Amino acid sequence: MQFTINGRAFEADVDIRTSLLDLCREHLDLTGAKKGCDHGQCGACTMLINGRRVNSCLTLAVMHQEDEIITIEGVGDPQGLHPLQHAFVRHDAYQCGYCTPGQICSAIGMLDEIKKGWPSHVSADLSSPVFDDQEISERMSGNLCRCAAYTNVVDAIREVADSAANDRTADEKDKVMADEVMA
Amino acid sequence: MDPFTNSLTMDKPCPQSLLDTGVQGSISRPFDRVDGPKKVSGKATYAAEYDVPDLAYGFLVGSRIGAGRVVSIDADAVRSLPGVIDVVTDFDRFIRVAGQGGETEAPTQGVKTITSRGEIIAIVVAETYEAARDAALQLPVNYEREGGAFDFAAHRNEANAPPDGVTPAHASQGDIEKAMAEADVSIDVTYVTPSQNSAAMEPHASIAVWEQDGSLTLYGAYQMPTSDASQLADALGLPSEKVRIISRYIGGGFGSKLGIAPESVAAAIAAKQIGRPVKAVMARQQVFEATVRRSNTEQRLRLAATADGTLTAIGHESLVSNQPGEDFFEPVGIGTHMIYAAENRLITHEQVPLNFVLSGSMRAPGEAVGMVGLECAMDELAEQLGMDPIELRRINDTSIDPEKGVPFSSRCLTGALDEGARRFGWDRRQAPASRRDGEWWIGMGMASSVRGNMLMESSAKVEIHPDGSATVSSAMTDIGTGSYTILAQIASEILGIPVWQISLSLGDTNDPPAAGSGGSWGAGSSGSAVYLACETLREKLATAMGVETSALTLKDGQAIAANRSQPIGELVGEGIAAVGKIKPGKQEEETTQASFGAHFAEVAVNSVTGEVRVRRMLGVFAAGRVLNAKTARSQCLGGMTFGIGTALTEELVHDRRDGKLVNRDLAEYHIPVNADVPQLDVHFLRERDIHANPIHAKGIGELGISGAAPAIANAIYNACGIRVRDFPITLDKLLAKLPDPN
Ligand code: FES
Ligand code: FES
Repeated sequence: MQFTINGRAFEADVDIRTSLLDLCREHLDLTGAKKGCDHGQCGACTMLINGRRVNSCLTLAVMHQEDEIITIEGVGDPQGLHPLQHAFVRHDAYQCGYCTPGQICSAIGMLDEIKKGWPSHVSADLSSPVFDDQEISERMSGNLCRCAAYTNVVDAIREVADSAANDRTADEKDKVMADEVMA
Repeated sequence: MDPFTNSLTMDKPCPQSLLDTGVQGSISRPFDRVDGPKKVSGKATYAAEYDVPDLAYGFLVGSRIGAGRVVSIDADAVRSLPGVIDVVTDFDRFIRVAGQGGETEAPTQGVKTITSRGEIIAIVVAETYEAARDAALQLPVNYEREGGAFDFAAHRNEANAPPDGVTPAHASQGDIEKAMAEADVSIDVTYVTPSQNSAAMEPHASIAVWEQDGSLTLYGAYQMPTSDASQLADALGLPSEKVRIISRYIGGGFGSKLGIAPESVAAAIAAKQIGRPVKAVMARQQVFEATVRRSNTEQRLRLAATADGTLTAIGHESLVSNQPGEDFFEPVGIGTHMIYAAENRLITHEQVPLNFVLSGSMRAPGEAVGMVGLECAMDELAEQLGMDPIELRRINDTSIDPEKGVPFSSRCLTGALDEGARRFGWDRRQAPASRRDGEWWIGMGMASSVRGNMLMESSAKVEIHPDGSATVSSAMTDIGTGSYTILAQIASEILGIPVWQISLSLGDTNDPPAAGSGGSWGAGSSGSAVYLACETLREKLATAMGVETSALTLKDGQAIAANRSQPIGELVGEGIAAVGKIKPGKQEEETTQASFGAHFAEVAVNSVTGEVRVRRMLGVFAAGRVLNAKTARSQCLGGMTFGIGTALTEELVHDRRDGKLVNRDLAEYHIPVNADVPQLDVHFLRERDIHANPIHAKGIGELGISGAAPAIANAIYNACGIRVRDFPITLDKLLAKLPDPN
């Protein structure tokens, strides 16, 4: 089978039962996307397929030979982080890091959904969702984080989307934290 | 060159700390995690992600009965399926249950006997994951059902006192019956909490590789590699030094990865048998069924007080559960021993034998659920007394351990209560069921927080290289706690080397042994080991400069003394190394050590549906020196969020017929999601603990959960006037009693 992942062509000889997630993790050495449940319940495996976020554990690799797939490896690397990746580091929007690639891919897809004006369950005005904590929390609730970096995930996303809440940019938060504990 | 060694047993306080005299400015600073760029780009390597050649895939097979024995496994029925290599079992050596934290011997072995549904009895190995899974699900197994206790209520009368654990099973002082009878005001209530699962996002996973010399390398997801290597070696009948565990990145643990889990032994035995490396990753359902749960609890709380609010008695009697023959018990009353003064005390634990998943450690074993009972009962008592709940706690604060009679090493409970009340706006709290916002009842609640502080024997090596950089290595782990970063900060502060020039090797048992991550001891223990190594290196640098150690300043890679400044790298020849070793000592007996804090919560309870939303929460904590303000805050956010789950959603449900976990996945076991968690506030009080360790820090990872759930429960009561004593507080428990909205 042939795949286009992160703009690169891959060829793999895999079982038709292989999920897109297992294709990447077990056959292509792309272990950035994580497996937390294998049942579409946690979001750790989130990838972007043709720009939309998808739980890659819930879809078979064989179905995606024509698609443009982006995994976290295609978003950015330590030498050149994507603004969202950088914001996650600055805001400590993770702890163990296991849900993180999924959170970041999900956030990229989510920002695009808001930009397109797609409403969510909490949108007061269905025709133009606003960019606030509630809206982001709702839309990011498919990505579980047991370390519970949720508030920092929201802050990181808002900072990148230029809608940081009052006093909640990484620099502002750092200053408050430093003042509190440093001599 | 052999490294120098610097050992310290904490027999005496350490009033001076090099972290206070260092001038690098690294310590406590909210540095971004040093491993952050790797984590956000998918480059951090977790257990299941090592690229090992010739790898075979294993899929575990769990028992489909709850108690009895395996009669036969029909391996031939699946051996010929495409891709299947073998079906492997070892009825003697496979482990029946997961290991407990810190044990050095194998957990209970032998899987002919089934003691809980889901017990791992075999592993199917195949060329691909898909083939292994398919064959594992088809594998015919014959069982004989026998006995089994699957219903807590039905078996509660069989409860027995377990052997003492981290807290005594039974402890009493004075005469609680008399105190209750003579009290001006008293409370006698029972609180119930359900079984819970740590649900770390990374499932337990092992890749087992046998080396040429007969030793085993296991890439695993472990919190405590040093003792886990001993457990694994014992299970396999190998000397400990023949097992190497590598756990560089761990996708969360929360206690569930303290000991070895069944996939490790299964992978190792299978790899030996087929002569190839084997990867075994637990399916999420298997994590629920075959690792550990936090025990359910039934807690009788008795509080007696004089009219002015002085406690005269505290009773905390708990029923918990575990498999028959297993010693670990949920130490429910561990915080109750030390949080409030009262002359008459009774704190007991009785174990109900049940054929459920093994009960073991989950974040703050004891306090996480024990504080639910105690702090809700305190709220009930305050109401009966007509007293502010903060005032009640303030009155009963104590600087002396109420049972041992020794002083606390440091204790800032009242400070946390007062600071929290001020920041949270506690003075705006109203009487129960009196504040509304549209269709929502609004209320505020609070609770105290305590978590015992522990020091565990640990070591670490620090090397300074000729280029002026340094390396820290230890079998310590970073399970998301920030170990990589704080250990770099400690070394940086003492050696005057910028954090970015310090590299780390953690999670490998080839490095100096350490206690790992658990019980909130990780930072204090391994941080002290790094401190001691650096202390020696600092002395060596002074000698090389020809000055007294006290005259030496180390900053930005320069050694400065006697009007000279020299690059540190030039003073170390080919490089110098030192090993630091810390051990607990008499300070543990001479002082009682714990971190303290206070939680505040504001909730909204829907007047029509009974739905509860947490609107805001504040935690104020005093845990000695904060080593990194950012990672420390994140630890507290995590703990507080566990508290939200405990209060509102988390509950393992066992089928009463065979103990099967009904909700064994992340869709049915409800951990808090982003939308359940509002912006949480965390505030640290300034504190140093000179009795704890030379870095003056106490544990923080479990402090945030202690007291978080009762603060929410008390806020629910304040919002709508309904006292729910059966956790979690789901809307069905509120619905029938909701006050008339008009
Ligand atoms: S692994 Fe795909 S949603 Fe959990
Ligand atoms: S960072 Fe650990 S699960 Fe999200």
